[in-house]
Amino acid sequence: MRPILMKGHERPLTFLKYNRDGDLLFSCAKDHTPTVWFADNGERLGTYRGHNGAVWTCDVSRDSMRLVTGSADQTVKLWNVQTGTQLYTFTFGSPARSVEFAIGDKLAVITTDPFMELTSAIHVKRIAKDPIEQTEESMLVIKGPQGRINRAVWGPLNRTIISAGEDAVIRIWDSETGKLLRESDKESGHKKTITSLTKSADGSHFLTGSLDKSARLWDTRTLTLIKTYGTERPVNAVAMSPLLNHVVLGGGQDASAVTTTDHRAGKFEAKFYDKILQEEIGGVKGHFGPINALAFNPDGKSFSSGGEDGYVRLHHFDPDYFNIKI
Amino acid sequence: MAAEVVLMNEVESKAAQLGIDLSVDLNSIQLPPGENFGIVSDDEDVYLDDQLEFDSGFGNVIVVDNLPVVPREKFEKLEGVIRKIYSQIGVIKEDGLWMPTDPETKKTLGYCFIEYNTPQVRYLQLFEEAELAKEKTNGYKLDRSHIFAVNMFDDFDKYMRVPDEWAPPEIKPYTPGENLQKWLTDEKARDQFVIRAGTDTEVLWNDARQSKTELVYKRTYWTESFVQWSPLGTYLATVHRQGAAVWGGATTFNRLMRYAHPQVKLIDFSPGEKFLVTYSSHEPSNPRDANRVVINIFDVRTGKVMRDFKGSADEFSVGGAGGVAGVSWPVFRWGGGKADKYFAKLGKNMISVYETDTFSLIDKKSLKVENVVDFSWSPTDPILALFVPELGGGNQPARVSLVQIPSKTELRQKNLFSVSDCKMYWQSNGDYLAVKADRYTKTKKSTYTGFELFRIKERDIPIEVLELDNKSDKIIAFAWEPKGHRFAVIHGDNPRPDISFYSMRTAHNTGRVSKLSTLKGKQANALFWSPGGRFIVLAGLKGFNGQLEFFSVDELETMATAEHFMATEIEWDPTGRFVATAVTSVHEMENGFNIWSFNGKLLYRILKDHFFQFLWRPRPPSFLTPEKEEEIARNLKKYSKKYEAEDQDVSMLLSEQDREKRRKLKEEWEKWVSEWKQTHEEENSERQKLRDGEASDEEEEYEAKEVEVEELLDVSEEVLPFEE
Repeated sequence: MRPILMKGHERPLTFLKYNRDGDLLFSCAKDHTPTVWFADNGERLGTYRGHNGAVWTCDVSRDSMRLVTGSADQTVKLWNVQTGTQLYTFTFGSPARSVEFAIGDKLAVITTDPFMELTSAIHVKRIAKDPIEQTEESMLVIKGPQGRINRAVWGPLNRTIISAGEDAVIRIWDSETGKLLRESDKESGHKKTITSLTKSADGSHFLTGSLDKSARLWDTRTLTLIKTYGTERPVNAVAMSPLLNHVVLGGGQDASAVTTTDHRAGKFEAKFYDKILQEEIGGVKGHFGPINALAFNPDGKSFSSGGEDGYVRLHHFDPDYFNIKI
Repeated sequence: MAAEVVLMNEVESKAAQLGIDLSVDLNSIQLPPGENFGIVSDDEDVYLDDQLEFDSGFGNVIVVDNLPVVPREKFEKLEGVIRKIYSQIGVIKEDGLWMPTDPETKKTLGYCFIEYNTPQVRYLQLFEEAELAKEKTNGYKLDRSHIFAVNMFDDFDKYMRVPDEWAPPEIKPYTPGENLQKWLTDEKARDQFVIRAGTDTEVLWNDARQSKTELVYKRTYWTESFVQWSPLGTYLATVHRQGAAVWGGATTFNRLMRYAHPQVKLIDFSPGEKFLVTYSSHEPSNPRDANRVVINIFDVRTGKVMRDFKGSADEFSVGGAGGVAGVSWPVFRWGGGKADKYFAKLGKNMISVYETDTFSLIDKKSLKVENVVDFSWSPTDPILALFVPELGGGNQPARVSLVQIPSKTELRQKNLFSVSDCKMYWQSNGDYLAVKADRYTKTKKSTYTGFELFRIKERDIPIEVLELDNKSDKIIAFAWEPKGHRFAVIHGDNPRPDISFYSMRTAHNTGRVSKLSTLKGKQANALFWSPGGRFIVLAGLKGFNGQLEFFSVDELETMATAEHFMATEIEWDPTGRFVATAVTSVHEMENGFNIWSFNGKLLYRILKDHFFQFLWRPRPPSFLTPEKEEEIARNLKKYSKKYEAEDQDVSMLLSEQDREKRRKLKEEWEKWVSEWKQTHEEENSERQKLRDGEASDEEEEYEAKEVEVEELLDVSEEVLPFEE
């Protein structure tokens, strides 16, 4: 079906997130206002005003009541999804790069960038049920990895935290003690900055995308490398279909080189791969800048992509997509 | 020490027991020269490094002999003369001219030493001034009885060491070499190619049936600048700072020979790959001078220098299109086909033709042609085509002539009027020569193009003039069909030019050229004929971003159109079965290559960053007679049966393997998934707890429940009067 072009952001997209029911789509961009859309028809539902910098990331609670956003203005904010009011603001000394609610929505993991003399860090915050009781303090702060940590997510049963970033190493930490449990080895791991990380629906495995032009699939518990998907472009965003054994990789040449070459040279396509056979199935073109964000609707019947070009493209699959045989 | 003594004692006592005489001094035992008891050093470089000679420090000193012997009164005059001669070549060092005298007679001894000011030189760089002086003045006639004999000071040692008695050369026992053409006997009749990407150089099989490559040999840092196949594919040449080397072998690539040539820049094989020409250019010490050029011609198999040429770059850069820094490469063009009999160089007002029997000029003199600017050899016969441009403002017309070597007789000549430029194209069998002549129009403001077509193999070499339908069309490309009688021309001024095909024959008359077809408005700017003829790739490189059209000239129809985005290079494999298109590192992106079938089906593509070179390994010409080839072509069905069966087997096997592989992958995946499912279920209750008991998880489906809600909006009591 023709994609729905959602124009609401004025700057490049950074992150996309569906809520659990799959009826809302939250988008973050380098302009300062995260936006919520109807995931079905792409109608804009509202914006969350209050940030004073690029918004890098967001997450929504299981009951779709709370939104948490992380921004380059060095804050992480909690929002009321329905009304758009700010509930609480965590302040850090450096930009927040990723946030995720834990199972049960009582905890959140936040990563912050290296900034001035501060090193990058992973913070675990308790999220109070009632925003009035919300406090600033961190339960745990993990430091160690070199460079920016682009993504940190919760492992099974909130027992571990998985992080990945500029040093191309994936690490699994104990979420209680902050001890490093596992590290991806240099041989099988990525060779360049890991830009994105997404978990499967049941959290059993996760997919990482990297500037080394590949995406890799790992076991969440053992950090075993299961699959590698090679592509021609740096990978900025990855997504996994919850319905079929498909993975989607988005990326493209570096934004700084875009204007110097033909649009076809950029390869600004969302590439579909068979998750098991690691073979390319097809691609969805449309963006005229690199793809920075990808998300699958939890029902697996649509997905959206956000580009450096400032557009969100919402794709509902045609019926024959569900019968692809390779 | 103690331990050693004890040990030695033990040995001695043991020896005494056994009655062995130990009084041999081990140090006095020497291996016979050349004997190593079969222990070969891992690396021959060890030996070669030892042989490197160290500069004696006299590299910039020359000795001039055969000077007149003069008394003391005339000493200064002679010194002045010598100084004058040798200062022209370079700066003589202060106190660098020393003419010894006989202490008794006070007369000079008839020789002197000259030291040049060339600074102490870097490793392997040439002592150019001294060497130049030697080159230039050796044999200089001061007067009739005094002819200079100039030598490098360092050479004296060398000459002194020549033994007085002739010793018969040692005949080395014959050791059978490897079959260097083993690759031709490949069972699957595949072809090889070499690629260079990053620091790796790889030789690969093109396994088209399986749509992939198979590695033959790979080496990192194999070459320091580029690699090149010899024209018959026997050798792969690599280029290094110290020289060139050739590699080959039956199954792998071993170094077969090295050719020392410091700072070699370019190499060129003779067509029969008997000789290798290497070229280097050196910065002069005096920036006003032209670069110094050194060219060596080696015998490929023995590694011997057959002839060297040294001189200033100016001498080697006459005419022709500029190759590297003014010198058009190859400087020496080989003629006479694969026999490697002749090679020639363009000079000022002459063409110097050498023969390889003696490596000297034919008849000891160059072919004098006033104002010649270009020449080219017939690819098969010892015939030269040369071009002399218009002179004297049109009074003397431009001229193309064919010259037979070694007799130097002119076979044919054609005068061309008001010609601005000329290009010569030989057909690969040497049957035809096309001369593209750009002529001025009457106003002299613009040019138009015509072709002069020579039929070399026919009696008296008839010439035919061909003009395009639209005379003013610009010619973008021209190419002969290899081994054939057709040629293709891209012409036109608009962004989408036309392509025309011509034949040197017509249906009834073999002596007339005819047009076969014109394709209008094509996105093409380069022509690539299949080496077997019949098929051609019309390619739009550069501005057209890699448009490809696979065209059959027999049927005059397009077989396929395709695109290899940004393609910079196109090369047919030597058999004409496959086409390789490549994007080399001139572009930052898309680096890698595609392999296509001759009819334009993409077989596979491989991406490599920093992709520099793609070269098919050439094949020597077929041993089949033309009659046999024709017979095979006629009965192709019969011959192809076997191969078709093979192809089918392979594709069966392939799909079988493929299915098997996929099944395995699927199984593995299932295992993972079942494991995950199990742990997921085990953790279910804990997860629920984390969620405050909310029946968790994705498995539960939404259920549409109808819930009736009663809400009391308002309760009011009213007393109603009861009426009876």
